[in-house]
Amino acid sequence: MKKVTERLKRHAEHGKRWVIAVPTLWLMLFFALPFLIVLKIAFAESAIAIPPYTQLLTMADDAFDLHVYFGNFIFLTEDALYLTAYLNSLKMAAISTFLCLLIGYPMAYHIARAKPSTQTVLLLLILLPSWTSFLIRIYAWIGILKSNGILNNTLMWLGVVDQPLAILNTNVAVYIGIVYAYLPFMILPLYANLVKHDHSLIEASQDLGARWLQSFWRITFPLSRNGIIAGCMLVFIPVVGEYVIPELLGGTNSIVIGKVLWQEFFNNRDWPLASSLALIMLLLLMLPIHFFRKYQEKEWEEGK
Amino acid sequence: MIEPSLSRDGVDGHFLQIRSIVKTYDDVVAVNDVSLDIAKGDIFALLGASGSGKSTLLRMLAGFETPNSGKIILDGEDIVSLAPYRRPINMMFQSYALFPHMTVEQNIAYGLKQDRMPKAMIADKVVQMLRLVHMEKYAKRKPEQLSGGQRQRVALARSLAKSPKLLLLDEPMGALDKKLRNRMQLEVVDIIESVGVTCVMVTHDQEEAMTMANRIAIMEEGSIVQSGTPRDIYEAPNSLQAAEFIGSMNLFRGAITVDAQDHAVIDSDEINNQLYVSYGVTTAIEDKHVVFAVRPEKTLISRDQPQGEYNWCRGVVHDIAYLGGHSVYHIRLNNGKILYSFMVNSDRFADQPTWEEQVYVYWSDDSGLVLRP
Ligand SMILES: Nc1ncnc2c1ncn2[C@@H]1O[C@H](COP(=O)(O)OP(=O)(O)OP(=O)(O)O)[C@@H](O)[C@H]1O
Ligand SMILES: [Mg+2]
Repeated sequence: MKKVTERLKRHAEHGKRWVIAVPTLWLMLFFALPFLIVLKIAFAESAIAIPPYTQLLTMADDAFDLHVYFGNFIFLTEDALYLTAYLNSLKMAAISTFLCLLIGYPMAYHIARAKPSTQTVLLLLILLPSWTSFLIRIYAWIGILKSNGILNNTLMWLGVVDQPLAILNTNVAVYIGIVYAYLPFMILPLYANLVKHDHSLIEASQDLGARWLQSFWRITFPLSRNGIIAGCMLVFIPVVGEYVIPELLGGTNSIVIGKVLWQEFFNNRDWPLASSLALIMLLLLMLPIHFFRKYQEKEWEEGK
Repeated sequence: MIEPSLSRDGVDGHFLQIRSIVKTYDDVVAVNDVSLDIAKGDIFALLGASGSGKSTLLRMLAGFETPNSGKIILDGEDIVSLAPYRRPINMMFQSYALFPHMTVEQNIAYGLKQDRMPKAMIADKVVQMLRLVHMEKYAKRKPEQLSGGQRQRVALARSLAKSPKLLLLDEPMGALDKKLRNRMQLEVVDIIESVGVTCVMVTHDQEEAMTMANRIAIMEEGSIVQSGTPRDIYEAPNSLQAAEFIGSMNLFRGAITVDAQDHAVIDSDEINNQLYVSYGVTTAIEDKHVVFAVRPEKTLISRDQPQGEYNWCRGVVHDIAYLGGHSVYHIRLNNGKILYSFMVNSDRFADQPTWEEQVYVYWSDDSGLVLRP
């Protein structure tokens, strides 16, 4: 009997190790390894070769020769294009995150307040568009926004405008596309937070003399802080590196980091420069993630 | 009325008048034509089983539910159409509903801030409230850093801070364990009385209602069964429901055979002797079926056969529950019916009847009650 339990225990230990091993392996394969490759390429020199960069470590005369090149990073600071691209991307991410919050909060709030059966339906409606291809959905927006597209035709037919509005290939179109595509990422964490709120807190607030709006600002909003932060992170981080939407809906003069990366990589075939661009972007994004983690830790500490 | 009433219901209660309140949810009648009068300074308990509509009635007083019909008049003003934030009423929630992101101080100040009270005055009032509930040391803590009893004090302080005309308590002890409950019951009453606020509370615990309240209303299925002082309800329940809800009762079903001015005699199949009550019971000829009720502590046990022909019976000791201060005897009659009788344990090792011993249970003529089935 004892033997059996011991063996089971050993199995359990084994199982535990396996359970941890799977995500670890996953992260190694799909995050750490590609990251190391990018890191390596970022410190190489562009070359006409296959692959198109110099090796970091070469063998010459039976000795290893380490060749680290910082030129890419220096180049990034010399050309204002890159700084503009970074700033544009950050601005684009900040504005779209704010717009998503503005639109997503009331939606999440109402879903969380609806009857449980209605909640399921509404959440499904939020998620439903994601079941079609991202690319196709963004293409669809071209059809809606172009000069003789659905939107302009409707507006002209209604007599609201007599000239088609130039929306496609402007920043407005980019924001429309981003907000449309990333709204679910804002709504879901907010909903998850708001649905847990204890309604008696709002009743207590009313009971103590606060109207709806005051109750909202002083009780509901501060208590949904974690949902807001999570939603903003989920929108902000991917939008900084967004390539497809600015490329398809934005104008040629909208310079964002995603597009610059693409150009360096595919048009100029300058892999090292593209890698260093990506590396800087990653570092930029580490900042908000770091603050978020610190904040969460503090919450955790306070919660104890 | 078929029993002597000790109640003075409606005589002095004009501060809060609840008039014919009805509340339905779809097809459920949660509160059915309730009228109550509550006097200034009363601590009034709504007592009832789960689902009897107590919370619904309380929530209508607070303004969270709107009655289908009826009036609620507080201090001369009909408040039915007032929004919760306009009512001079504050509530202590069952879960306390303390704001988790605010400190104790901020929680108490919340209501005062809504009134745009000057900062210095708010600070004074908060200190005063903290002192009232003995929580001065915890002003800067968050609710999650407090024990259950401390949270309750903060919730009480918060609901008293605005000096409401009416304080509502929803299951005030519901979130506390048994031992703390007994202590807090007395403490909460002390605080409420020192402030002098009129209070309506909801509970399903009869002991709690009797400890805390000076008036009780028993609710069943949305209606008030009886209201009065705890003593009224205990000693003179007006119905079987009220009698069974509070304390325990020995009941005998039977029919009235003698119906005189100052006494009545009841015949019951459940007991050999006749039952006698020393007050007149007015009955219609076609409605002679009644229930005779006597409380266990009003009955006595002896080994000798009692005198007289009324109000006693013979049985054997079926079980004894020793509770320290008193014992509950379960006496089995020869028809199988079990009677309960309390015996006070005044002597440490008295010669008391023991298991399977034959005994007589008897009671005086003025102990019994006649109730309608
Ligand atoms: N929001 C609601 N919707 C539908 N029915 C309700 C609602 N609130 C209460 N009820 C119904 O009204 C009746 C009275 O409920 P209420 O909550 O007032 O009972 P209670 O006496 O407070 O019971 P408890 O001691 O369990 O809290 C119940 O039958 C309940 O199902
Ligand atoms: Mg209730």
